[in-house]
Amino acid sequence: MMDDFHLFPVDASSSAQQVDWLFYALILMSLFFIAAVFLPIFYFSIRYRRGAKVDRSNPQIGSNLLETGWTVLPLLISLGVFTWGALVYFRLETPPANALQVQVVAKQWMWKLQHAEGKREINELHLPLGTTISLTMTSEDVIHSFFVPAFRVKQDVLPGKYTTEWFRPTRLGEYHLFCAEYCGTNHSAMIGRVVVMRPADYEEWLNSGETGRSIVFEGHRLFQERGCSGCHVDSRAIHAPPLEGVYGKQVPLASGEIVTADDQYLRDSILVPGKQISAGYENLMPSYTGHISEAEIMQIIAYLKSLGEQRPER
Amino acid sequence: METHLEAESATARIVRTSGRMAPVNYLSREHGVKSWLLTTDHKRIALLYLFTILFFFTIASVAAAMMRIELLTPQGDLVTSETYNKLFTIHGVLMVWFFLIPSIPAVLGNFVIPMMLGARDVAFPKLNLISWYLFIIGGALALWSLVHGGVDTGWTFYTPYSTTYANSHVISMAAGIFVAGFSSIATGLNFIVTVHKLRAPGLTWFRLPLFIWSMYATSLIMVLATPVLAITLGLMSLERFWGIGIFDPKLGGDPVLFQHLFWFYSHPAVYIMILPGMGVISEVITCFSRKQVFGYAWIASASMAIAILGFLVWGHHMFVSSQSIYAGMVFSILSFIVAIPSGIKVFNWTATLHKGSISFHTPMLYALGFIGLFTIGGLTGLFLAALAVDVHVTDTYFVVAHFHYIMVGGMVTAFMGGLHYWWPKITGRLYPEFLGKISAIVLFIGFNLTFFPQFLLGYLGMPRRYHAYPPEFQVFHVLSTAGATILGIGYLMPLMYLIWSLKHGRLAGPNPWRATGLEWQTESPPPKHNFEETPIVTGPPYQYSAEEDNQIEMANV
Repeated sequence: MMDDFHLFPVDASSSAQQVDWLFYALILMSLFFIAAVFLPIFYFSIRYRRGAKVDRSNPQIGSNLLETGWTVLPLLISLGVFTWGALVYFRLETPPANALQVQVVAKQWMWKLQHAEGKREINELHLPLGTTISLTMTSEDVIHSFFVPAFRVKQDVLPGKYTTEWFRPTRLGEYHLFCAEYCGTNHSAMIGRVVVMRPADYEEWLNSGETGRSIVFEGHRLFQERGCSGCHVDSRAIHAPPLEGVYGKQVPLASGEIVTADDQYLRDSILVPGKQISAGYENLMPSYTGHISEAEIMQIIAYLKSLGEQRPER
Repeated sequence: METHLEAESATARIVRTSGRMAPVNYLSREHGVKSWLLTTDHKRIALLYLFTILFFFTIASVAAAMMRIELLTPQGDLVTSETYNKLFTIHGVLMVWFFLIPSIPAVLGNFVIPMMLGARDVAFPKLNLISWYLFIIGGALALWSLVHGGVDTGWTFYTPYSTTYANSHVISMAAGIFVAGFSSIATGLNFIVTVHKLRAPGLTWFRLPLFIWSMYATSLIMVLATPVLAITLGLMSLERFWGIGIFDPKLGGDPVLFQHLFWFYSHPAVYIMILPGMGVISEVITCFSRKQVFGYAWIASASMAIAILGFLVWGHHMFVSSQSIYAGMVFSILSFIVAIPSGIKVFNWTATLHKGSISFHTPMLYALGFIGLFTIGGLTGLFLAALAVDVHVTDTYFVVAHFHYIMVGGMVTAFMGGLHYWWPKITGRLYPEFLGKISAIVLFIGFNLTFFPQFLLGYLGMPRRYHAYPPEFQVFHVLSTAGATILGIGYLMPLMYLIWSLKHGRLAGPNPWRATGLEWQTESPPPKHNFEETPIVTGPPYQYSAEEDNQIEMANV
C-alpha cells in the first residue's frame, strides 16, 4: 500500500469511503459549474469574435431572473454539500464508545504510542483489523497533527490539551503516518507507519517482545508512588476529594461552575490544581508540573477511569 | 446607421494616427532621484511600488524555484531541512505581504483610481508617499531577517513554535510585516477617502467603474483587518521576547488563540489578494468585448458582500485544530455562502461576452485565463469548506494548489492583465502584442502544469511543508517542477519585452483600446495632474457598443 503509484489514495478505514463519496460528489459539482462557465465562454468567444457578422442587436445588460437563478441554484447546491460534509464530519469527530484505547504523545520529531495493554511503540502503530481504535493525544512541545491518509483522518495534537481521533481499519496493510502540522526543522521526518494486522496476528504481536505492564497497572503504580494515594484514599489528616467514580461525573466547583471530569479536567487538576477547585475543598494540592511526564499523566487518568465506583487502593 | 459607422471609422483612423507621446507628462516633467523619492504624484508612487514589489517578487520566486528543484527527488538532498523551511517561509512572507497585498492596490490602484475618478491625485498625496516609505522600512526589516539567517516558522507563525521553539529571526520578520501593515492601512484609508471625496462632477456611486468598487471593498478590509494582524504579531513578539504567557500552554497560554487571531486577519487578507483582481477583470472584459457590463449592480454588491462575509469565515482554517465541531459547522456554512458572490461575478462576466465583439488582445487573454483559473480555485475552495473532506486535505498539497489557483491563477494573472491593459497609459507606449499573447499562453500552461498535479498530491495525502517525501509522490512533483520552469519563462518574457517597449514600443496615444474610462480621456502618459480640465460625467460606465465597434481596429492589431 505504501510506495505504489496511485492516482487516488487507498481506502483502509470505515470512514475513508464516506469521505471519498463526498469528494466525488464535489468533483461532479465542479464539473457542472465548470461546464456552466467554460462552455458559454468558448461559445461566445467564437460566435461573437471581432469581425464575425452575427446579430448583436439589443444586447442585454442585466436580468434579475438570471441573477436570481445563479444566486439561488449554487446556494441550494452549497447547502446540500455543506449538510453532507457536516454529517460525515460529525461522525469523524465523535469517537464511538468501547473503542480500543491508544495513547499518543508527540514531540519534536517523533510519535510515542502506548497500547492499553502496555505495549509501547515509536513512529509505528500496529492495529487489529476491524476494531474501532480511539487515540488520546497530546504534545510535549509544539503543535503536531496525526494524519493517516489511508484512513482519511487528521487531528492536530496540541501541547496542554487532549485531542482524540478514531478510526476502524478495514483493509490489511501498511499505511503512511504523517505529521501534518509544521513543527520545525525535521517536520518531514516525523513520519511513521500504521500496520493493520489480522486480530490473531495482532494478539501475537501484542504479547511478543517487551510487552510492559498495562496502562492501568502503571497508572496505579504512579498513583501510589507519586503520593496521590496519601491524600485521595480515605485520609483523615487531609481533606481531599475522593476519586472513585469521579471519571465522567459532573463536578461542582468552588466557583459555582459545574464541569465534567473528563481527561482534560483530570490532567489540569494534576498539573494546575488551583485552576478548578472542587466545591468544599481547599487548594492544598501541590502542582505536578515538571515532575511528571505527559505519558505518566495519561496512565494515571487511565487508572482513575478504570476505577469505576471502586475505591482506589492505597 | 451608415453615417454612424462612417463616423466610427473616422475616429478609428484618428485614434491610429494620433499615436504621440504627450510632450509634458508626469514622467518627463521632472528628473532626478529627488524628484522620485520626494514625489507626491500618485502615478510616480505607483511606479515606486512597482519596482519595489518586483524586487520582492524576484526574491520570493527564487525561493520557490529552489524548493521546486529540491522536490524533484524524494530525498532532501539539495538543501538541508532547516534551509528548506526557511525557503518556504520567505516565499510565503514575501509573496503575501510584500508582493500580493500591494500588487494591484498599490501599483495599478494608485495609478488609475484618481484618474478613473477624474481627480488630480489621491485625497492625501503625502500620506501616499509615507505609505511607500513604511513599505520600504518593513521590507528592509524583512530583508535584514533574511540576510541574517532567515525565519523558519512558515508565513503563518503558528505558536508555540514561533514564540518558544523557533531558533530564527522571528521578531525582526514580524516587525517588518507589522510596519508594512501600516503601509497597507494608510493606502486603504487614502483610497476610501479618495472615492468618497474626489469623484468628478456627475460621477455618482453607480456610475463608478467596477474596479473602483472592488478597490473600495479591498480598502475597507485593509483598514479593518490589518490592525488585528499588528496586534497578533505584537503579542507573539511579546511572548517570544519576555515570556508573557499568551499562546504557549507552558506559560499558561492557548496556542489556538493565536490561530483565531491570525486568521481573523489572514482570511480577509485573502480577499485583499483577489478583489482587486476581480476589478481589473471587469474593466478588461468590457473593453475587449465592447459591451456594457452585465449586471453592474450585482457585481458591485458582490464585492461588498465578499468584503463583509470575508470577516466571518476565518475558522475554516481550523477544522482539525481542536476548535469546537459546532463552531466548525458554522464556519463551514458561512464559507459556502461567501462563495456565492464570487460565483455571481463569474456568471456576469460570462454573460457580458454575449453579443459582444470580442478581440483577444493580451489583457483579454489574461482576463479569460483569470476566469478559468479563478473558477477552479473557487470550486476547490468548496472542497475545503466541506468539513469531512477538509479533515483529509487540510495541511496537504491540495490546500497549496487551491490557494495558488486563487492567488497566482487569479491575482497574478489579473495583475499581468491589468499591467498590459494600462501599460500604454503608464508609459505612453504599446507592448509588442504578439509576444504578449505568447507569454500569456505560456503562463497559463505553466501555471496549470505546476499546480494541477498538486491537487492530486494533496488528495493522496502529501503534507505541505515537507522537505523530503515518500517516493510514490515523485511523479507529481516532477510534473510540478517542469510546470514551474515554464511558469518562470512566462514571467521572464513580459519582463524583457516590457522593458524593451519603454524605448522601442509603438507610441500609444491617449486611448489605444478606445476604452470609455476617464483614465483614457487624457494624454498618455498623463500630465502631472491627470486632466487639463476636470471631466464631467454624464452617464454610466462602459458605454461600448459591440454592434458599432465590430469593425474597429484597436491600436496595434
